[in-house]
Amino acid sequence: MTTKKFMFVNRKAPYGTIYALESLEVVLIGAAFEQDVSLAFMDDGVYQLKKGNQTKGIEMKNFQPTYRALEDYDVTKLYVDQESLTARGLTADDMSVPVEVMSRAEIGKIMEEQDVLLSF
Amino acid sequence: MLHIVNKSPLERSSLDSVLQTGADGAILLIEDGVYAVTKGNAAEPKLKAAMGKFKFYALTPDVDARGIADRVMDGVTLVDYAGFVDLVAENKTCQSWL
Amino acid sequence: MKFSILVNEGPYTHQAADSAYQFAKAVLAKGHEIYRVFFYHDGVNNATRLTTPPQDDRNIVNRWSKLAEEHKLDLVVCVAAAQRRGIVDEGEAKRNGKDATNLAPGFRISGLGQLIEAGIQAERIVVFGD
Repeated sequence: MTTKKFMFVNRKAPYGTIYALESLEVVLIGAAFEQDVSLAFMDDGVYQLKKGNQTKGIEMKNFQPTYRALEDYDVTKLYVDQESLTARGLTADDMSVPVEVMSRAEIGKIMEEQDVLLSF
Repeated sequence: MLHIVNKSPLERSSLDSVLQTGADGAILLIEDGVYAVTKGNAAEPKLKAAMGKFKFYALTPDVDARGIADRVMDGVTLVDYAGFVDLVAENKTCQSWL
Repeated sequence: MKFSILVNEGPYTHQAADSAYQFAKAVLAKGHEIYRVFFYHDGVNNATRLTTPPQDDRNIVNRWSKLAEEHKLDLVVCVAAAQRRGIVDEGEAKRNGKDATNLAPGFRISGLGQLIEAGIQAERIVVFGD
């Protein structure tokens, strides 16, 4: 099968809408197809990785542990936008998984190299 | 690369994100995104400043639907759906900034 | 050129379903091929047979069914998203003990792998959403 570069672009916060959860489900499936998968977190998407989710009160499934499972699927390229973190008072230390923090422009360059860009 | 923006610049930050992330390429405004290309809107200076880096397009049916065909900024190319298809075909990838 | 299309929103509430449909028509009119249209998130609601929109307005679900029939399109609804939102075919009704089905003609329910495949096999994939 052809190997393509798939990038999943995450710009939305978790729980307020379903996009974060359902896009993660696509990433896991994508990994099984042995494609070259990377994830970009920008704007409110960086909130998806803010550690310490406690979802009992809102009675929703806590899917934060699933980001840790990405490593088991060989999905290790997680790019987080520095400007988005700063604007939200966050740092790399707040992230629940190891990430590569870089500038927006650098993420843009990586986007240009992709074959498939999926947003949710 | 082709960037597709479908929300108004005053409703969402998508257009700002494109302008700050992309190096160059084409930006196509569709649906509510077409409000960004109206003369006198708050995003106009940003668009004008970015016209050196990006080529701006707006989808005609969406412009017409919203009654703003009479105030589209200079430097923006109006395209129909056939033109939309061409833009996608001509660019190796496209990103919908949802 | 082969195109795939991803539709992330349901009919009427967002313009995404309309934009995707008009884009699909334009792709075909230009002589290109559509490899697959994949429906995810609330996009699965484009596939309910039970819709009754006003007579003087477009029938989004029927439009998809008709386009699929005319051009032999592959319209795929994500099974996980469909289960969450109650879009059901015969197989799903049996599997999950539902007493009705509502999948519109021209659509089929399948896994997310079909979306990945749509990205692999097509030269271009365009996403319509919120």
